[in-house]
Amino acid sequence: MAKGDPGAATRSKRAAPRTKRAAATGEPELVQLLTPEGERIESALGPDGTEYRVDFTDEEYRGLYRDLVLVRKLDAEATALQRQGELGLWASLLGQEAAQVGSGRALRTQDMAFPTYREHGVLYCRGIDPIMPLGLFRGVDQGGWDPNEFKFNMYTIVIGAQTLHATGYAMGVAMDGKTGSDEGEAVIAYFGDGATSQGDVNESFVWASVFNAPLVFFCQNNQYAISEPLERQTRVPLYQRAGGFGFPGVRVDGNDVLASYAVTRHALDNARHGQGPSLIEAYTYRMGAHTTSDDPTRYRIASEVEAWQAKDPIARMKAFLTKQQIVDDSFFAEVDEQARAESVHLRERVLAMPDPEPVTMFDHVYPNGSPELDEQRAQFTKYLESFEGSAH
Amino acid sequence: MSRIKEFNLPDLGEGLTEGEILAWLVKVGDDIELNQPIVEVETAKAAVEIPAKWAGRVQAIFHPEGATVEVGSPIIAIDTDPNAGPIEPSTTGAPAADLPTPSAASLAAVEVAPEEGMVEPGLIGGVAPGGRTAVLVGYGPRNAPAKRRPRKGGVPAQAAAAPAAPVQPAPAPAPVVPVPAANGNGRTTGAVLAKPPVRKLAKDLGVDLATLTGSGPLGSITREDVQRAAAAPAAAEPLTVAAPATAAASFGADREQRIPVKGVRKLTAENMARSAFTAPHVTEFLTVDVTRAMKALDRLRERREWRDVRVSPLLLVAKAVLLAVKRHPMVNSTWAGEEIVVKDYVNLGIAAATERGLIVPNIKDAGRLSLRELADAMTALVQTAKAGKTSPADMSGGTLTITNVGVFGVDTGTPILPPGESAILAFGAVREQPWVHKGKVKPRLVTTLGLSFDHRIIDGELGSKFLRDIGDFLADPEAALLAWT
Repeated sequence: MAKGDPGAATRSKRAAPRTKRAAATGEPELVQLLTPEGERIESALGPDGTEYRVDFTDEEYRGLYRDLVLVRKLDAEATALQRQGELGLWASLLGQEAAQVGSGRALRTQDMAFPTYREHGVLYCRGIDPIMPLGLFRGVDQGGWDPNEFKFNMYTIVIGAQTLHATGYAMGVAMDGKTGSDEGEAVIAYFGDGATSQGDVNESFVWASVFNAPLVFFCQNNQYAISEPLERQTRVPLYQRAGGFGFPGVRVDGNDVLASYAVTRHALDNARHGQGPSLIEAYTYRMGAHTTSDDPTRYRIASEVEAWQAKDPIARMKAFLTKQQIVDDSFFAEVDEQARAESVHLRERVLAMPDPEPVTMFDHVYPNGSPELDEQRAQFTKYLESFEGSAH
Repeated sequence: MSRIKEFNLPDLGEGLTEGEILAWLVKVGDDIELNQPIVEVETAKAAVEIPAKWAGRVQAIFHPEGATVEVGSPIIAIDTDPNAGPIEPSTTGAPAADLPTPSAASLAAVEVAPEEGMVEPGLIGGVAPGGRTAVLVGYGPRNAPAKRRPRKGGVPAQAAAAPAAPVQPAPAPAPVVPVPAANGNGRTTGAVLAKPPVRKLAKDLGVDLATLTGSGPLGSITREDVQRAAAAPAAAEPLTVAAPATAAASFGADREQRIPVKGVRKLTAENMARSAFTAPHVTEFLTVDVTRAMKALDRLRERREWRDVRVSPLLLVAKAVLLAVKRHPMVNSTWAGEEIVVKDYVNLGIAAATERGLIVPNIKDAGRLSLRELADAMTALVQTAKAGKTSPADMSGGTLTITNVGVFGVDTGTPILPPGESAILAFGAVREQPWVHKGKVKPRLVTTLGLSFDHRIIDGELGSKFLRDIGDFLADPEAALLAWT
């Protein structure tokens, strides 16, 4: 949606830009451009003095709001489908829409993204049909989109593993000489707070740093590694870890789509210009369960959830649009209706997904097959045929 | 499609088999919307609200709050077109008037939640060992009596190996649910209760848990039950040395048999491979005329106080080794990387072939035993091994080993060191052979000794002297005793 470059960041300290201070508010220091009440902040300083600001048109503001609502609605539909037995599992992004839409929209066409299994919002921003991940979680295909076409890798279930893939990819981008200009390519690796405890992620930090890879590490700190709270992951704010590896880190309000956009756009542009990796900690909260197999009431208290409810990314955007009179009520109704229609459409298409023949699981392991696989396929076919009344 | 739709309880987690109805959020006659929360269900993983799959009017609710319902059985019926007039008979032939009675099968699938404490924590009630289901993310199901989701046709996975096995017809279209055979206490019949380590032990020892009667709580099978069962057949035929190959010669069409590597075989393989590729082995041989020693054994047997003692050539070899160690303590040592640990005690290992494979129990501090004590210890060791009762303590801490390959009728071998030991002696068959004795070729009782040693610790000179001393003792035990002790 964003044309040109509405996000701008400079290293000037003029105009006394605001930074959230821990001492002043009791909240962690983070880059914020839109308060939970919908108040717009002109610009904000990062820990290294970088000034972040955005300059969106009204149409672009409306587009971001639409993204947020659609992404949330489609996610809710997927959760409902799981509860109705139509998906095996679903990892909801509820609460993290701003971090994903903000960073997803900050990507340029040529940029490559490496997601976890929760990046449905980024996937949406990359222009991928939202039905795609549902096929994966319904167990009827492996995901289905072409990572090269959409510059969005397959979902990675293994925690943190994709940061290594992203690092290698980014090193390749640099070796291909695709950095150093506005048209340069940047890479973004998504992961969560829990993943920062993984060796893979720390190794990625080391490699990306010493090879000056054009890579943005985008950590959505949703406060819980399944049931383990952040205190069990780290003794320092996550973004400060970057310093030890030799690249800049910044914490952004992950429920603020504008700040998430500005910070990510700045980091990506640095990377594409050959200035190496950086770490973004998007400070957010997972409002739902880790996955549909999880019950968050077992490990966190309701008051904490309520406190984060007040920081909802969509509510603040709605308040901002209303206050600024950028839109009227008919806009919100129209967006809601679009979301409803798209979710109904999504549901219909999910229910219509054909079950694949079980033996097709052998088809995409190797490009040219293998004798072992052929043998396994034959055995499995024989096994299936042992059932009476089975098509096999 | 019928306008009345039954909603079956889905698998809300990964591999869950049942859920408990906590609360109904709608009642019969309510008009509901798509995705409106209709019921709260608690599974082993989470308490969740289930949203309505269809908009319409609640036609029937099949289970009360508190009921535990099998995954896949219907919980609610929804009229998806309530304003279309009276309900016609459904396509399945069941008159609508029959509602709210779901099919008999789905009712049978309902079970009252098991009472707390009915099953000891950690026990798993399922027929399948483990009973738990691997999950991708999140935590696994609780340790409750696990009920497997019925396979299509109710055929276990093993049926693949025997396609001729009778299979049941696949279940008719939903909502019919295969009925698990349940007995009075709600547990699937045929369930065997045993803790995982006990199951592992039974697997290793080749004991079929289903054949045992448990003596533990709630009839669970204990470690002792398994060990008792494992010992029983071995005691009945103590002399059997059955190799797996002779015991199970059931070859398939490809004339190859695949034997899972486990238990003693696995341990042996690991130890041997580790030793062979870490300790540089050297093996030396010595052929000895043991005629005098055999005669000495005969004289020993004739003594009254030795009447009931089992006296074998192996006893003399053991004595020879122990005496030779005293003269060359360095052979009784361990390579420990930065240092060599020389031991003042000899835990003498005797390799024994048992039904379950090679084991090497050892006689603790054998160097301090008298010949009589040594004989008794060796007898006890062999009997314990044959009965399959050798404890791990008996097998650990060995310092030097004898392997009596002669009982298999071979002359000698190049044994591999047990890990942590520096010398092992192979004792070959004692046979009458032509031998130059006092200048003439005579039939004499001759054996060949093979000594393998760790060349990092033991040089050829030391190894040779050690082997020579053993040979000297066996050639003339009386003289050696007089000379050395």
